[in-house]
Amino acid sequence: MPANFDALANAIEQSEKDLLSRWIAALTAVGATRSGQTSDKDLKDACGRFLKELRRALQNGASEDIASEQWQDARDVLEEISAARALRGYSPVETALFVFSLKEPLFDLLRQTLAREKHMADVLVASGALLDRLGLFTTEVYQKSREEVIKRQQDELLELSTPVIQLWDKILALPLIGTLDSARTQIVMENLLQTIVDAGAEIAIIDITGVPAVDTLVAQHLIKTVAAARLMGADCIISGIRPQIAQTIVHLGLDLQVVSKATMADALSLALKKTGQKVERLAARG
Amino acid sequence: MDKIPILKVGKCLLVTIQIDMHDRLAMALQDDLTNAIVTSRAKGVLIDVSALEIVDSFIGRMLSNIASASRVLDAVTIVVGMRPHVAITLVELGVQLSGIQTARNVDKGLETISRLIEQSESTDAYGDD
Repeated sequence: MPANFDALANAIEQSEKDLLSRWIAALTAVGATRSGQTSDKDLKDACGRFLKELRRALQNGASEDIASEQWQDARDVLEEISAARALRGYSPVETALFVFSLKEPLFDLLRQTLAREKHMADVLVASGALLDRLGLFTTEVYQKSREEVIKRQQDELLELSTPVIQLWDKILALPLIGTLDSARTQIVMENLLQTIVDAGAEIAIIDITGVPAVDTLVAQHLIKTVAAARLMGADCIISGIRPQIAQTIVHLGLDLQVVSKATMADALSLALKKTGQKVERLAARG
Repeated sequence: MDKIPILKVGKCLLVTIQIDMHDRLAMALQDDLTNAIVTSRAKGVLIDVSALEIVDSFIGRMLSNIASASRVLDAVTIVVGMRPHVAITLVELGVQLSGIQTARNVDKGLETISRLIEQSESTDAYGDD
């Protein structure tokens, strides 16, 4: 196998520039620049660096195992390129094509330089297998980068999703927006209970205007939150139940075991009454 | 063995749980408290759990039992100052403490309990008529 790679390395070294320009032409032909999203200069730079690392790895006697030490630099370059493409919204196919489109120009080159050699077929097969591995590696890195993006967005969503508002003296509001799953409810519940302690609140208004759907699981979470708040000596009021959700709750046969009001305003006026407070209009001035 | 002090304040008994309870202590408290309600003729029991950090289903059950026993002995029970994590744990354990009143702190608790005692006394008075 190393003998095949030596031939490959020599072939690349002899006509690196020619190979590079034909590779870029092939990439441009399959639309790898994505109508100017990656500039020609960046593309040329990326291709040049990868080709150089590929040649160096082969010259250092690298085996076909691309996880080995000799491939470290080449892997770094590929990782960088795939990660950048994942962030820019390239598809997996477009990312994998970066390596796969090298095949055609490389095989052409090998056919020319090894035309009279007996082992040309062996070299071609070995090179093909190598490029396949490198191509799959880019897809793997691409996938990982995308997963990181998704994970980060999830974390950001969790941070955004749980504001507890001090609405009035001893009255808290918790406007819930989006679907409630177990992880989110846990954070919402902890936040609410901690704020009840910190603010010495007596009433918490849970507003579900922004919750798109209520199923048994969401209802279960709401009931748990209400029960926990009650254990701490705070009452809960649920507001903003939309007509469809009210119907769903009845269909599911759920009992929320809590006072509910149509709007946050109604809930606030009830809360004010319960805490013995009053808001009055000032006498007309002038 | 440790003992949890039971103090009489006005018409009600004040129990402050200052240490993490083990099962035997909880049983002892239940005994002492029911005895104290009878001997002191208290109308209410206020249990302060603000220092309680660890609960299990047994302690939850015990709180619930104390409340039921007190109701039989004509005294209302109110639990005050529960920590968030204790509340979450009890809910997850399925201990709802449905017969028990709750309040944020001792101050609020005393206020509520005196109102409740007043209420029950006035309904008793109507009953006599």
